Amino acid sequence: MFARGLKRKFPDGEEELAVPSYALQRQCLLDMSLVKLQLCHMLAEPNLCRSVLIANTVRQIQEEMTQDGAWRGMSPPDAGPAPLDRLVSTDILCRSEREQDQGRPGPGDSHFPKGPHDCPAPDLTSDLTSGPAAPVARHAPSSVWDLDSSRESKGGFQKSLDQIFETLESRNPSSMEDLLADVDGSYYGLDAVLAGMTGSRTSPCDALEGLAPPATTPPGPGCKADLGELDHIVEILVET
Amino acid sequence: MLLSLPALHLQTSEHHPLFELPHGRLGPWCSPTGSPAPLSCDTGCGEGSWILVYRLLVPTQVSLLSMEEDIDTRKINNSFLRDHSYATEADIISTVEFNHTGELLATGDKGGRVVIFQREQESKNQVHRRGEYNVYSTFQSHEPEFDYLKSLEIEEKINKIRWLPQQNAAYFLLSTNDKTVKLWKVSERDKRPEGYNLKDEEGRLRDPSTITTLRVPVLRPMDLMVEATPRRVFANAHTYHINSISVNSDYETYMSADDLRINLWNFEITNQSFNIVDIKPANMEELTEVITAAEFHPHHCNTFVYSSSKGTIRLCDMRASALCDRHTKFFEEPEDPSNRSFFSEIISSISDVKFSHSGRYIMTRDYLTVKVWDLNMENRPIETYQVHDYLRSKLCSLYENDCIFDKFECVWNGSDSVIMTGSYNNFFRMFDRNTKRDVTLEASRENSKPRAILKPRKVCVGGKRRKDEISVDSLDFSKKILHTAWHPSENIIAVAATNNLYIFQDKVN
Repeated sequence: MFARGLKRKFPDGEEELAVPSYALQRQCLLDMSLVKLQLCHMLAEPNLCRSVLIANTVRQIQEEMTQDGAWRGMSPPDAGPAPLDRLVSTDILCRSEREQDQGRPGPGDSHFPKGPHDCPAPDLTSDLTSGPAAPVARHAPSSVWDLDSSRESKGGFQKSLDQIFETLESRNPSSMEDLLADVDGSYYGLDAVLAGMTGSRTSPCDALEGLAPPATTPPGPGCKADLGELDHIVEILVET
Repeated sequence: MLLSLPALHLQTSEHHPLFELPHGRLGPWCSPTGSPAPLSCDTGCGEGSWILVYRLLVPTQVSLLSMEEDIDTRKINNSFLRDHSYATEADIISTVEFNHTGELLATGDKGGRVVIFQREQESKNQVHRRGEYNVYSTFQSHEPEFDYLKSLEIEEKINKIRWLPQQNAAYFLLSTNDKTVKLWKVSERDKRPEGYNLKDEEGRLRDPSTITTLRVPVLRPMDLMVEATPRRVFANAHTYHINSISVNSDYETYMSADDLRINLWNFEITNQSFNIVDIKPANMEELTEVITAAEFHPHHCNTFVYSSSKGTIRLCDMRASALCDRHTKFFEEPEDPSNRSFFSEIISSISDVKFSHSGRYIMTRDYLTVKVWDLNMENRPIETYQVHDYLRSKLCSLYENDCIFDKFECVWNGSDSVIMTGSYNNFFRMFDRNTKRDVTLEASRENSKPRAILKPRKVCVGGKRRKDEISVDSLDFSKKILHTAWHPSENIIAVAATNNLYIFQDKVN
């Protein structure tokens, strides 16, 4: 059960299985929370209580990941030290949303085998079966989302949160435009998936799998590529 | 995220003839019934047998009919259009509240309407009809607005209704949406003056040359008319969403609380209010906690409490300072480490806080429990009741579909011995504080016939499902009971289930 997996302490016997799945689930939860925060962005006046609770959850996960070492010290060899001011969490959001937009396997040009939302990554399962309990930080870099999170520094993360709160705080036409610039069509797909979750038995990771097709676009170009699509969404938003 | 709501089917057979409307449309209907069920006046036995008195469909069309006197045609047309295109959304009941005598019951809905029900007068040969409420007045309290400065739409949804104690023949109530509180006067008129000398019956001035005799104007009886008139509008004082209003026991002031601030108003003064609590940090990036509910002490006009999203309750004394930045008491239960998860904070966020009628206790509702606190003990609640603990293993799904942020309210019975709160699947729960017994009941049309005794429901938590049990996985999370009300002195309860209002009463014997 997912909720059980969220406990910080694991029974010794189950450690082999529990530790990696805990990290996975935590990452799933983090991703889900970041998507929710991004959706809060889109609302003119979000439910402040909900936004604050989600943001606190994100902070808590991030804090725990920092303690575990899952958050730092995992820079890929070619990337060098992670720049502190990089908005990686936002980057993840935009990218994953673009993947959802496409809604189909990519052309295979990606060097990432799996999307960031894909929880049961193959290398990880092999890790699971191959050896004794590995600390999260040791095997984590081999899995895909850690390539993402490796670039997520605390500073960058904090900054994205700050942005979120800025938008909660002040709303003017220009900030509205900024918000809309972040809006992506995936919102609708996501909504459907989340709504479909109601009362169903699907585990959250299963549901999240539906969000991200197996292939992913390269993270480089940033999230403002599909301008036509963006315009379309803006139109929808204006209409509603 | 909006969850789809079940379509509601009206049955003409149950349709109350008194409220038949022109053009064959259906009005509110009640389904009164057969066998007499005398009410208990003993409020001590809360969670005994309950029967459905009837279900009231809070009417949208009726509001058209009774608004005709007061509200101009444009609004009626708007309302008419809205009824037909978005009926289910606008009709969802968003608050329920008995007045201080229990004679009236007010509901507010997402469409900004207030519907007031009046208890049927007691008559000797109709003892069984004592618990019935009929539509008394309905009016459009709030309209959708647009804030041009912030470029924001302001919803018309009624967040809370609070009655003022009755001082004369008229009734007064406060209703609020996200930003604006309004004071409404609801009064009856059954006579009208006739026979003016200078005006004719339509109010036009008469030609002086036609006036040949003087006459004495008289009051003539007419059909009873209930008028609702806005007496005060308290606007422009809240930047965030108002979640609570509470009338002070001095009856001269009230407070309104939003996510970050609480304001104190005088009923006579609409253009200024006193800010008594402000938790907004200078830098919004540091915001980690919001105000979720607030209420005045029922007897001490200087005391109020407010709850927060971190599961804490602060009691403030307005005598201490004008700005109640520092609380007098701070109620917080230490976290149980064995239940710790990422959702701990979210599920501990308090969605409602209510003083007991006696003023000795505070009740708080969080996502999974109801807690009763003694004002004299701050470090833990004296009682904790599990509302739906079987959801603990489902928190991730409930987070994902946003149900975890649902704001369930809670109420006391008249003698503070029983508490009631809502759950999912149209279930609601009652807890008897003395016997420690609890019961789960269902507000549904399919499963409760009028005047039949409600069958307690049971949710199956283990692997084996017994007959008559419902498994956790088949609960309908779109059917949630957020708002309930308990008659101030009798065992009559009102339960709002989406766009239906159910009234149940205790069955004795």
